[in-house]
Amino acid sequence: MSFNIVVLAKQVPDTRNVGKDAMKADGTVNRAALPAIFNPEDLNALEQALRLKSKFEGSTVKVLTMGPVRAAEILRESLYRGADEGYLLSGREFAGSDTLATSYALTCAIRKFDKVDIILCGRQAIDGDTAQVGPQVAEKMGFPQITYAEDILEVTENSITVKRRLERGVEIVKGPLPILITVNGTAAPCRPRNAKLTMKYKHAATPSEKQEMGADYTDLYDTHPYLNLTEWGANDIEHDPRWLGLNGSPTKVKKIENIVFTVKESKRLTANDADIDSLMKELINNHTLG
Amino acid sequence: MNNIIVYLEIEDGVVRDISLELLTKGRALAQQLGCKLEAVAIGYQLDNIAKQVFPYGVDKLYVCDDKRFIPYTTLPHASVLINLFKQEKPQIALLGATTIGRDLAPRVSSALFSGLTADCTALEIGDYEDKKAGKVYKNLLYQIRPAFGGNIVATIVNPECRPQMATVREGVMKKEIYDSKHTGEIHKLQVAKYVSDKDFVIEVLERNIEKSKINLKSAPVIVSGGYGVGSAENFKLLYELAEALGGEVGASRAAVDAGFAEHERQIGQTGTTVRPKLYIACGISGQIQHIAGMQESAMVISINSDPNAPINKIADYVITGTIEEVVPKMIKYYKKNTK
Repeated sequence: MSFNIVVLAKQVPDTRNVGKDAMKADGTVNRAALPAIFNPEDLNALEQALRLKSKFEGSTVKVLTMGPVRAAEILRESLYRGADEGYLLSGREFAGSDTLATSYALTCAIRKFDKVDIILCGRQAIDGDTAQVGPQVAEKMGFPQITYAEDILEVTENSITVKRRLERGVEIVKGPLPILITVNGTAAPCRPRNAKLTMKYKHAATPSEKQEMGADYTDLYDTHPYLNLTEWGANDIEHDPRWLGLNGSPTKVKKIENIVFTVKESKRLTANDADIDSLMKELINNHTLG
Repeated sequence: MNNIIVYLEIEDGVVRDISLELLTKGRALAQQLGCKLEAVAIGYQLDNIAKQVFPYGVDKLYVCDDKRFIPYTTLPHASVLINLFKQEKPQIALLGATTIGRDLAPRVSSALFSGLTADCTALEIGDYEDKKAGKVYKNLLYQIRPAFGGNIVATIVNPECRPQMATVREGVMKKEIYDSKHTGEIHKLQVAKYVSDKDFVIEVLERNIEKSKINLKSAPVIVSGGYGVGSAENFKLLYELAEALGGEVGASRAAVDAGFAEHERQIGQTGTTVRPKLYIACGISGQIQHIAGMQESAMVISINSDPNAPINKIADYVITGTIEEVVPKMIKYYKKNTK
């Protein structure tokens, strides 16, 4: 028994460590100031895929991402950790995609794969926090979905049993294959890079990256075909242009603003007894407390 | 036709607060647009739902009642909404940004090719000009949401596609009875017309959901801790203070991520929005995404060893000191001077 597994991943700006220079003076985001990272929950999803691969011999893990040329970094990262193949969907036709257009493009790419049993992805990406692309890909593929997965408990030829982490508890559900599963941050963290695989795939590159390297490297990729990361543009996938990129995005951004809070005139107190006592007294007297 | 529809989340026969909050907002939007407010209840034994939601201004309630709808699984609920929306063509559909709403809404939006905006913090009606196409759209739903880890706020519109779909987190909108005597029409949906047997493919083997013990939204006083509290051990001081003052303990995302407090206590854009009489921020630096979830508190006290913590700017009282020093003094004074 073996499974064809696809992991959907995204390279995101690290919004968790937003510094002072993250915003430009005009209120727009200074993407250059933020490091680009592997979306954290997509790493949790990759781990679930790799576990299935180790358990069921002959299973394959393909990692698919949509993004700029630079997003190939997370494909290499996936190979270092044990994935089999990396696929980058890239091109100006995809620019301006909202979640719906993104899910459409990803679905068109997934359809190019022979047979898919399980699609895994993170619950949500930290730059948008929408949690929409997973369920939307599931709908477009015609697959059922299991969201907020924390652990895959059992897989058989035609079913999968998953533990879900919900707001106030857990649920164990069983669904048929093929299926799409979104994985929670509470699931097992992704295994670290494997030293041997990191050596092996260090030079893995997409055609765009190879072009930048120049002709000197051509031999390397001819003799080591596993170093070739697949890169698809819009022309490589069967699609309806009305559904891609900006055209295929029903949501439009009307405006973006910096968040401004009303600054209050605050009373400054020290930690000494007199200050605290008089504050507490005031709160009791004006019925804020009690 | 072209009304506003709210998807009702129902737990043990009771409509959840998040849905009542959406109905309150939906009522106001319907008034502005001159359309009707509708709600859809999908579940089992739903006879008691109408009287719970009509006072919130619902003009029409769709009821889809079948034992197989509980516990919730995605596909059957999605099919009901997809088919109902195709038939009724609502202009706006609102869902809670809950585990259910965030599972359900994208599936429905994908099937209908309608735009969906997650986790809105405000919903307004307004016009939109598409300069490129030279078109002006009247009375669109402005879906306002934080983006980029809460550092910016974006206004999103769906000019062409319907319904305009949005999810909203619990507590962001206020829940308010519209008219206790208001009543509406009940429309029972024929289950077989909306779902097929094939939708029931996910089997719930085990379900262990606890009733929420933490009620941040209705607590008059919230003692909230941030990363600066330092440890789960130090958080105990906050529990003591909250207990003495008859309040609840909240936490910032950083404190939750560090494991000092459970996720349910998280306050901010990705947690709960609160408006207590008194908010005591302990060791909270005041990231935008946290402030957005508590800025409407009537009074804010910030206790922080950093006199320049950003949160101090929106605090009524700033105490410069450590939690270990200040909090016990507050408890002591309060206990001594009240019954």
